Amino acid sequence: MIGFKFRSGDGLRADLRGLALSLAAVVLCLLVLRELADWLLVQATFAGDMATCRAAEGACWPFLVAKLRFILFAFYPTDQLWRPIAVIVGLLSLMGVSALPRFWGKGLLAGWGFGLAAAWGLMSGGVGLVPVSVNDWGGLPVTLLLWASCMGFAFPAAILLALARQSRMGGLRVLSVLYIEVMRATPMVAILYFAMLILPLGLPEGVIFDKITRAAIMTALFFTAYLAEVVRGGLQTIPPGQAEAAAALGIGYWRMVQLVILPQALQKVIPGLVNLAIGFLLATSLLAVIGVFDLLNAAKAATTDPLWLGFHDEAYLFVAAIYFALCFGGSRYSLWLERRLARG
Amino acid sequence: MSTLQTFRNAARTLAAAAAVAAAVLPTFASAGPTLDRIKERGVIKVGVGTTPGFFAPDSAGKWQGFFIDYGRALSIAVFGSPDKVEFTSSSPQQRLPALQAGEFDVLLSGVTVTITRAFKLGFHFGPTIFYDGQAILARKDLGVKSASELDGATIGVQSGTTGELNIADFFRKTGKAFSPVTIEDTSEFLAALESGRVDAITQDSSDLVGKLQQLKKPDDYVLLPERLSKEPLAPAIVAGDDRWLEIVNWTVYATIQAEEWGITSKNVDTFLTSQDPAIQRFLGVDPSLAQDIGLDPKWAYNIIKTVGNYGEIYERNLAPLGWERGYNQLWTKGGLLYAPPFR
Repeated sequence: MIGFKFRSGDGLRADLRGLALSLAAVVLCLLVLRELADWLLVQATFAGDMATCRAAEGACWPFLVAKLRFILFAFYPTDQLWRPIAVIVGLLSLMGVSALPRFWGKGLLAGWGFGLAAAWGLMSGGVGLVPVSVNDWGGLPVTLLLWASCMGFAFPAAILLALARQSRMGGLRVLSVLYIEVMRATPMVAILYFAMLILPLGLPEGVIFDKITRAAIMTALFFTAYLAEVVRGGLQTIPPGQAEAAAALGIGYWRMVQLVILPQALQKVIPGLVNLAIGFLLATSLLAVIGVFDLLNAAKAATTDPLWLGFHDEAYLFVAAIYFALCFGGSRYSLWLERRLARG
Repeated sequence: MSTLQTFRNAARTLAAAAAVAAAVLPTFASAGPTLDRIKERGVIKVGVGTTPGFFAPDSAGKWQGFFIDYGRALSIAVFGSPDKVEFTSSSPQQRLPALQAGEFDVLLSGVTVTITRAFKLGFHFGPTIFYDGQAILARKDLGVKSASELDGATIGVQSGTTGELNIADFFRKTGKAFSPVTIEDTSEFLAALESGRVDAITQDSSDLVGKLQQLKKPDDYVLLPERLSKEPLAPAIVAGDDRWLEIVNWTVYATIQAEEWGITSKNVDTFLTSQDPAIQRFLGVDPSLAQDIGLDPKWAYNIIKTVGNYGEIYERNLAPLGWERGYNQLWTKGGLLYAPPFR
């Protein structure tokens, strides 16, 4: 904020104006931070129960201590908590590894397939583990699992869809355009309601997916359409001459896509991809409308316990911090990746 | 794409989606008797909501509350154990379509009994277990003792509910002026009241009592005595399964009858030696009654022993929030709770 750069021609007047603006911004930030610190630390209650917290002005830390378990894991059985914890650690590590270009390759794709299957298996149990009904899943692992599963499905599907939209085969192109436009013209909550209420009717008798699986399938299909449009944006920046040159060299379509088109196209749309991924992480909170206890909904439900009634600020700020950490991490990563790929 | 915008668009289509689902679903409703399905599955699926005192998760991630205890009572009646029940939270817009789609065996989410729901939408209702009604929570410094004295007040109402219509009707009747402010969310209601943006808020009394507890200075506010609407809250099931309905009915009646007889979870064992034939049938000492229902002869005993009678359930869940019994009192004590005879 302080490190403004002024063009040399702006002169002293602009310099002073910039300085004043900077100072004002700093003062404003400090004021907000002071209020926040006052609420979070100085006036806060660190031990006691609801009555102690009510009597004080500041934040109620004992509420967070008591509700941490519920906000993060919702109804998951307490004696099985290592499983969702393992899922969180596993998925975050998988994302961390995927973030480094040096690991990009077929091995990583296999790793994602295996990792997601293991995460779903670990959450639901069976094979020696106590089965846990999907109804009891909730909190951070559900938010992350849905996000990762949907991105894991949507990313390859979106590339195929974007290629189909550019294809010379008319039928394929029309189908792809139809799919993308229908999905993009439908609000996500309508998609969720469809998953919740209509989808079960379309399945054969006896085939019943649980609510979270149905929602995951439908949201993955939904985001595939958005992602496909971002990928298409990248594809359109590649001059047709490149494809023609590849064809002239006798390179087949799929190898051409893999070696020539995609590496350049995807690199151009990294900001768009990350932006969409972040938007999607935040959109998982819409699952609350079909009664899934994702992170945000679990925090909201935590404030309804008569023993700890109504500490909305604490609950919402806590999950806001988690969402912020994930999203800010994502956007910094995208900046770093762009710079690195531009260099390489 | 902005999440907020998606949400707004969605809110508009949401009502339409629910209506479509409600119209399409009845033709697909399962024909099999609910009880057989439940026994085969080994668990009762219950739809609930989230309102302090009625249904809320505790710190260990277990559901607690007034309606939750009735879910446990049903589980005891059918399986003899309070844990063979799966609670799923469901929003007011989707709970009835979800019940119809077979997601739940019974809704214990505070559904108001109405004639439309009974005939047009095809639901059956058990006995009312909580008599609720729309009420007004006002600032004390307005100096009003009753809602009819409110004039020119700014009143917060929840958007998209019948509460908006009820309050408008009420003020049309009293002939006084008021200005409504629509509010979306629990925490917003509290903020609006505390910041003075509204003079009063109106919601069902079951919601308001929980809110009163959350205000920084609860003593500065008063719950006005009027009830602007009748909201009898009852268990709901899909129409067409009489036997399941009777099990729901008599599970509720058992808790009411037990309170009338003074049978509690603590003293229920002393009643096992009672000479009263009605009590003997009730507690399964005389098993003739249970044979007809097809339940364990000790079903009512088990319910009372584990979750207690109506009064105990009420005291445990709602009294800590400052609830008084009001209409939810035995008929012998001036309330509306009345169980048909166990004979």
